[in-house]
Amino acid sequence: MMSPSEREQSTRAELAGETRMLLRHAQQPGLNTIEVYKRLGGYGAMEMAYRELEPDEIVKELEESGLRGRGGAGFSMGKKASFLPRGQMQKYLCCNADESEPGAFKDRELMQRNPHQLIEGIAIAALAADVGHAFIFIRGEYDLQGDILDAAVAEAYEAGYLGTDILGSHHDLELVVHRGAGAYICGEETALLDALEGKRGNPRLKPPFPAVEGLYGGPTLINNVETLSNVPHVVANGAEWFKRFGTEQSPGTKVVSVSGCVRRPGNYEVELGIPTREIIFGLAGGPEEGHAVKAFYPGGSSSPVLTAEDLDLPYSFEAMAEAGSMLGSGSIIVADDRVSIPHMALRTARFYQHESCGKCTPCREGTNWTVKMLERLVRGEATPMDLDLISSVQENIIGHCLCVLGDSMAMPVGAMVRKFRPEFEETMAAAASAPRPAGRTTSGVAG
Amino acid sequence: MSEPKFRDLATPGVGSEDVAPDAGGPGRGPEAPMRPDGTPGLPLDAALVDGRFPGREAERIPELHEVECPPQLRERIEELMARYPDRRSASIPALWAVQRLHGWCTPEGIRQAAAVMRVTPAYLESVASFYDLLHTKPAGTQRVLVCTNISCWMRGGDQLLEAFCEAGGCDATEAGHGGSVSADGEVYISGFECLGACDLAPMASINERYFGPLETGEAATAIEQLRSGAEVLPERALEKRPLAGGPEGEPDPRVARRPPAADAEASEEGSP
Repeated sequence: MMSPSEREQSTRAELAGETRMLLRHAQQPGLNTIEVYKRLGGYGAMEMAYRELEPDEIVKELEESGLRGRGGAGFSMGKKASFLPRGQMQKYLCCNADESEPGAFKDRELMQRNPHQLIEGIAIAALAADVGHAFIFIRGEYDLQGDILDAAVAEAYEAGYLGTDILGSHHDLELVVHRGAGAYICGEETALLDALEGKRGNPRLKPPFPAVEGLYGGPTLINNVETLSNVPHVVANGAEWFKRFGTEQSPGTKVVSVSGCVRRPGNYEVELGIPTREIIFGLAGGPEEGHAVKAFYPGGSSSPVLTAEDLDLPYSFEAMAEAGSMLGSGSIIVADDRVSIPHMALRTARFYQHESCGKCTPCREGTNWTVKMLERLVRGEATPMDLDLISSVQENIIGHCLCVLGDSMAMPVGAMVRKFRPEFEETMAAAASAPRPAGRTTSGVAG
Repeated sequence: MSEPKFRDLATPGVGSEDVAPDAGGPGRGPEAPMRPDGTPGLPLDAALVDGRFPGREAERIPELHEVECPPQLRERIEELMARYPDRRSASIPALWAVQRLHGWCTPEGIRQAAAVMRVTPAYLESVASFYDLLHTKPAGTQRVLVCTNISCWMRGGDQLLEAFCEAGGCDATEAGHGGSVSADGEVYISGFECLGACDLAPMASINERYFGPLETGEAATAIEQLRSGAEVLPERALEKRPLAGGPEGEPDPRVARRPPAADAEASEEGSP
């Protein structure tokens, strides 16, 4: 038995890789209330921004900080804000809280534990972009987090951080929490706008980009929860300070969701650029005793899978891109040696088949046929030609649709077939020679 | 009287000559052109305006007095519409309100919301049918969504779904394809795409709250608790789960600087 102090020691050691900025104080009881948040220094950045800073100064600071979007694309947040036209007009800000990517659950944690950090970020971004109307589009499944946000927004209104003439700045801001109703596609920025306008969530043709023509036709700034939660920290401490964290091209910290075959799944906030191994093994504990990492998605189910050889890559936007994958939403799903890659490919493809909105043919048909082919494969009804066909279908989806939902299936499935082709062939052969399977379900992990 | 623009679309010989532009209302008169099989068809312009079912007009925006909208639903939807620059933005929240009131998005409930919002019922139905959480069929009173996506699948999400189905008396195959309701109409169980709680894998959303990680044996307990009205698996509730990384360690000296305005205060309080 470990003594309590020993246990504490070991927990501290496990924490060695974490750098908590957004999740700092996350365990303080009542951090979701304005009282505790303010006591811990909350709304300090906003008060400074509203009293002392010009919008352009904030945009410049955000641009210089190099803060990149944490929702998936990794685009510079400051640059995005600078694209919005200046002047008197109806402009909008949307916080994308529709986190639906398999593997991602960081925004859930951030909103649940520290909703005021997000509201403060939204208020500062709204001042920077001169926006008077903001929305938080939260996925409908996050009912608890939606309730927490509703309560926090009400508190912020009451304290004068939202509403009219905020902190004597003559700047007004209305903030509405809008709940979705269950559709992955609404995380795509233009589909999110359609859903927010009360339609089916179908993506729009780009350009025009939302910064020019977005919600209700007005210029719209769309940022992820984690991106906006970073804003108070950047503004309070300055771009130079922020750049001391992370790498040159990926400054700051990242809340990484680690799940799958690891002993301690959860959200860990790390400095960008630390070795991926440290996150998977050091923080999340790695696979269970006697098992090894076989593959992992480094950035949610949309990212091409990497293998055990890539474990020492730095966890940053640029290193993941160089390795032919992406950091995406920063969600690592680990598959150990018990997971069947063809079945994992099928699971991945089924998700995108279900979630495809059906607007563009390559995505609608491509996801559907990929599922059919993979099902055929694991049932033992496929021919070797099917593997090439699967690959070619993936290639024909990429870049041919309005949004990247289809690509998000094509990239990981394509990578799995490429990197684990022998396993696909073995599975196919084994299934073909096996007696008809009795069970309907398949699982990667025995037992 | 000017000709409607869509008349240009008419195939020569069909619609354009057969129908007088001011024939008393589209889609009703005997002036409809004949179909090749000899049955009367719709005038083309009427088909475009009124829908494509001969003899049936598309449903128009219902009037409030026609739908008997419960006052609390009407008030709620009006309040929702006021929050947005465009009233149509309230369609998803309005449908949530309908579902809360009626248990699912009933045709009658959709008509009630449509009357308040001044949109057609078809419009709201098109929205309701797009989203997984809005039910356009009866869907029980106790809802269990079991995640079967990648991370949960690796940790036994399929088995958990089966255990829930067995305990709740639902069909596992149906539950895997859009949901299944128990014979008494009470329990609804559905396999679901990623619910954003892979750290709880395998997990379930029970009446909109998250629970995990769940053992297959706990499914029966949860169903029993649901049926008896007891608190469901209190130990497994997401709210109770601590942060993965354990307690706050020594803060990084760089982070500790933030935010400057609060530094003095925070040090007084003493860092945890």
